Amino acid sequence: MATDTTEATAGACVDAGGSAIGMPQLCADWMPNQIFWLVVSLIVIYFVLSRIALPRIGAVLAERSGTITNDIAKAEDLKIQAVEAEAAYEKALADARAEASKIVAEARAAIQSDLDAELAKADAQISAQTAESEKAIAEIRASATDSIKTVAKDVAKSLVSAMGGTADAKTVTAAVTAKMKG
Amino acid sequence: MATEEHSEGGLVFHPLDQFIVKPLFGDGPVHWYTPTNVTLWMGIAILCIIGIFVMGSRGRATIPTRLQSIGELIYGFIYKMVEDVTGKDGVKYFPYIMTLFVFILFANYLALLPMSYSATSMIAVTAIMGFGVFIAVTILGFVLNGAAFLGLFWMKDAPLVLRPIIAVIEVISYFVRPVSHSIRLAGNIMAGHAVIKVFAGFAALTLVSPVAILGITAIYGLEVLVAGIQAYVFTILTCVYLKDALHPAH
Repeated sequence: MATDTTEATAGACVDAGGSAIGMPQLCADWMPNQIFWLVVSLIVIYFVLSRIALPRIGAVLAERSGTITNDIAKAEDLKIQAVEAEAAYEKALADARAEASKIVAEARAAIQSDLDAELAKADAQISAQTAESEKAIAEIRASATDSIKTVAKDVAKSLVSAMGGTADAKTVTAAVTAKMKG
Repeated sequence: MATEEHSEGGLVFHPLDQFIVKPLFGDGPVHWYTPTNVTLWMGIAILCIIGIFVMGSRGRATIPTRLQSIGELIYGFIYKMVEDVTGKDGVKYFPYIMTLFVFILFANYLALLPMSYSATSMIAVTAIMGFGVFIAVTILGFVLNGAAFLGLFWMKDAPLVLRPIIAVIEVISYFVRPVSHSIRLAGNIMAGHAVIKVFAGFAALTLVSPVAILGITAIYGLEVLVAGIQAYVFTILTCVYLKDALHPAH
């Protein structure tokens, strides 16, 4: 407000000193002015808002909520894809593990069968050799018995003749044989 | 303005001088078309509104600037209010309600600037808006609902004996609406500003001036709240009256 209230013209609502008489709100002289400018202001504001501002802000808000909705949908899609990828990865891992254990089992079986075959072969070889050895031992034993018999007959003949008897070859042999059997 | 006249020693209270309408140019009489301080401050309100709602949203940014956020906040607030109170079919009246709200809001807040003029403290101003809403809503009610609009006054839930009495009360309260609607706003703004001026008058006394200035500060703080709340109240009551016109059945 201007500070020169003393210069204000006296009227129905203002006294000579520039102060209001009663309430300025109720001064009828001023009402048409206020009403006119109020109506002008409201019309201007209405047109500015309804023609320019409100459609623009409404469009911006709609666009923003659309963008947000889209982004959320996109994020949901990505999440689903990530879950699928994880499932695929898990499945691949499980498959690989199963494959690996299968291969291990096969390898173990192959080794086992090889081993069994080798063992059987070795066993057969060992038993063949054992049999051979036993035969050789039996031969050696038999030949040893024969040699002992010969030596014993000879010794017995020599003993008999040395003691002055006549050694009957047949008797000596029979006696030695009987002794050896005993 | 009251203390400008330096009368010797005594306190001078002219708390209502701040509401005097003065021509902007010269000292002539105030005709209906004269550009006055009312014109000036309404014009400033219009410029602020254009600044926030048109300049602020110029970028149409998806991520808003500060000014655009303010505009969007007010837009969203009033839009939601209209939608919540009047329902979906009230949304087409949103621009009118938005016009009233931003005008009152900006006029109220600009009036809080020192040396400014409080346009919304004038009963002529608020009465035009109050009666404008009243007449518009009443016409709208009859146009949309015909004679069924009178069902607003005829409580079907009440006992038959009471219905005529209630109808009389309802009719009276309906016609009191625009009066209370407009005087509530003007009275709040005028009273607050006048009280600030009274405190300012006391500030001329050295002894009480600290209290007076504290009082001005406190009332100013209160007025900051009142300015927003009264704009809100005027708007939500407009929405409520509009709802009655759209859906007169209780």
